[in-house]
Amino acid sequence: MIPPIAHFFFRHLFKGAFTQKGRVEPDADGVVELAEAVGQAARGRLGRSLAIREVDAGSCNACELELHAVNNPVYDLERFGIRFVASPRHADVLLVTGPVTANMAEALKRTYDATPDPKWVVALGDCGADGGCFAGTYAVLGGVDQVIPVDLHIPGCPPSPKRVLAGLLALLESVAAKG
Amino acid sequence: MPGQGTLRDFLTIGHPVAAARPWPRVELDAKCWRLLIERLGGADWILLAEWATGDSVHVALRDEANGEISIASRACPDGRFVALGQMRPGAIRLERAIHDLWGLVPEGLDDQRPWLDHGRWPRRRPLAAQPDLAADAPYRYDFLAAEGDGLHQIPVGPVHAGIIEPGHFRFHAQGETVVRLEERLGYVHKGIAAALMGKPVAQAAKIIARVSGDSTVAYSLAFARAVEAALDVTPPPRAQWIRALLAELERIANHVFDIGAICNDAAFVLMLSHMGVLRERVLRVNEGLFGHRLLMDRIVPGGVAVDLREGAADAIRKLLHGFAKDFRKAVHLYNETPSLIDRTTGTGFVAATLAHRFGAGGFVGRASRSGHDARKTPGYPPYDDLDFAIPVLAEGDVHARIEVRIAEVQASLGLIEQILTKLPSGSVLAPLPARTGEGVAVAESFRGEVLVWVRLDERGHVAQCHPHDPSWFQWPLLEAAIEGNIVADFPVCNKSFNCSYSGHDL
Repeated sequence: MIPPIAHFFFRHLFKGAFTQKGRVEPDADGVVELAEAVGQAARGRLGRSLAIREVDAGSCNACELELHAVNNPVYDLERFGIRFVASPRHADVLLVTGPVTANMAEALKRTYDATPDPKWVVALGDCGADGGCFAGTYAVLGGVDQVIPVDLHIPGCPPSPKRVLAGLLALLESVAAKG
Repeated sequence: MPGQGTLRDFLTIGHPVAAARPWPRVELDAKCWRLLIERLGGADWILLAEWATGDSVHVALRDEANGEISIASRACPDGRFVALGQMRPGAIRLERAIHDLWGLVPEGLDDQRPWLDHGRWPRRRPLAAQPDLAADAPYRYDFLAAEGDGLHQIPVGPVHAGIIEPGHFRFHAQGETVVRLEERLGYVHKGIAAALMGKPVAQAAKIIARVSGDSTVAYSLAFARAVEAALDVTPPPRAQWIRALLAELERIANHVFDIGAICNDAAFVLMLSHMGVLRERVLRVNEGLFGHRLLMDRIVPGGVAVDLREGAADAIRKLLHGFAKDFRKAVHLYNETPSLIDRTTGTGFVAATLAHRFGAGGFVGRASRSGHDARKTPGYPPYDDLDFAIPVLAEGDVHARIEVRIAEVQASLGLIEQILTKLPSGSVLAPLPARTGEGVAVAESFRGEVLVWVRLDERGHVAQCHPHDPSWFQWPLLEAAIEGNIVADFPVCNKSFNCSYSGHDL
């Protein structure tokens, strides 16, 4: 009997991956162009490597869902050398979501301190910008920049994977400007 | 005679609140509150939620004999109430949270450690009429001890290794084996109860939709139904059917991703990739037809914000056809991969008695014989016109929780087909009057039962609101599930529960 996993591999061999392809089929929502731009910028400036550590500082978990989507085979962030890592000590970029809660502020600051220089901070989502709809309560400090310096905001509630890609492109450009 | 028979019979000993809809809310005095707690020792009344407003404590209970839901309230002007936690262990963390937020002391509770309050807020008891000054320093948290030869502790979090929410896990382990796990949560406490107070209904709906992003449809649905109950408004039939369609799309998207993620934590990455693609297909249809990938803010009090346009039904049918086929293939792959099944079978066992004691719902309960589903009991439109089965298993392990999800995805696919066939025409939004009222509603999220209770002031704004996440009764079971398993199986167990941090921490 052919094991079922073999069917999956054969399917990919003959039909190709799920990942959105290059110029063959220009995509209506612009993901393809965006992906290419991210790829070129990443290769040019960071030598094919950008390590991101994600920190949830109080999000409702919708931003996390879309970050998972950026990693799925359709968007496949890793093909550009941009990947999520498990430790801040391995990271170039902290990607922070949520309004920063009072209970997470110290953990966020310590994560930032544990990240080696040079480092960049991206605040993801509307809450990350200014606390969003939770701003002003006793338990929320506000946007990410209340606790650590922020290089870039990616707006959206939650930002779509396409927007996350666009944001990372903007980050790569600001990295170039700094460097 | 009072004290016999059903929950509603018992509650005739108190004073019913006239404004409460659709289920009775009864105010109990000190003696009757004690009687209620005594009765909880023997009666099969499941705790649905417990919360506070001002100087009152409220508890929502469901009588398992007839499915009727009632709310009992206890005014405690002296700032103390007799705790339910001794009779219903699921209430312990709820009552610790009530103490943290409102300053009401749960008497008789063994565990008086702060829960949501980490000593980092600008004031303590922030929702009490007169909050206390801030703590001098963040609290030390005394984890329950485990002692023995060769025991060691493993602290994990609040910042975890993956793209997940923050929380702290303290393992006591002997070699590879977990002797005790204790959770410490509250890191993402955003003060949602405070944020909701005084907000117009439309603004409050946006906040409620962000209590737990993965269950945004279920929260919006429960809030909308609670507001509609309070104002005695019935949304148009078409809106109710579109709501069910949104809820089932959300359920499918979450379940398929969970199945993939559990397998990924057992080092079977292919499944995550495959399920990620399936999930993406659903999200793209969501965006194309409803304008939001996660369907946030699509359900509003009074109806729905977006109507289904012409031709949309065909687009969804087309999606489902390919989806069902590829999902079946993935299920086949799961079932025919012995190395994977070996990891999930027998891992993270939850005893049926424990699931019942905590009143756990969703896939956690259903994998351990608790077959409750809010769509059936108390039920809400349009589910009484739809035909679907609730999968219930007895094994209680990770494998069973995957099987329940698989069966629920298949049931939801069938539900969507029925909804598209029977979808009535007409308007999708009813106007809301601006007046006072009090309402409560439950909705079945992918994770279990979401309960929202709301009280509106004379302007029709939210005076008080409490959203209750099913995770409250599932988190404690995770501590039980991991006991005796190896540390390396924790991610698998944790993902098979997939409890919400944000929904729990509020």
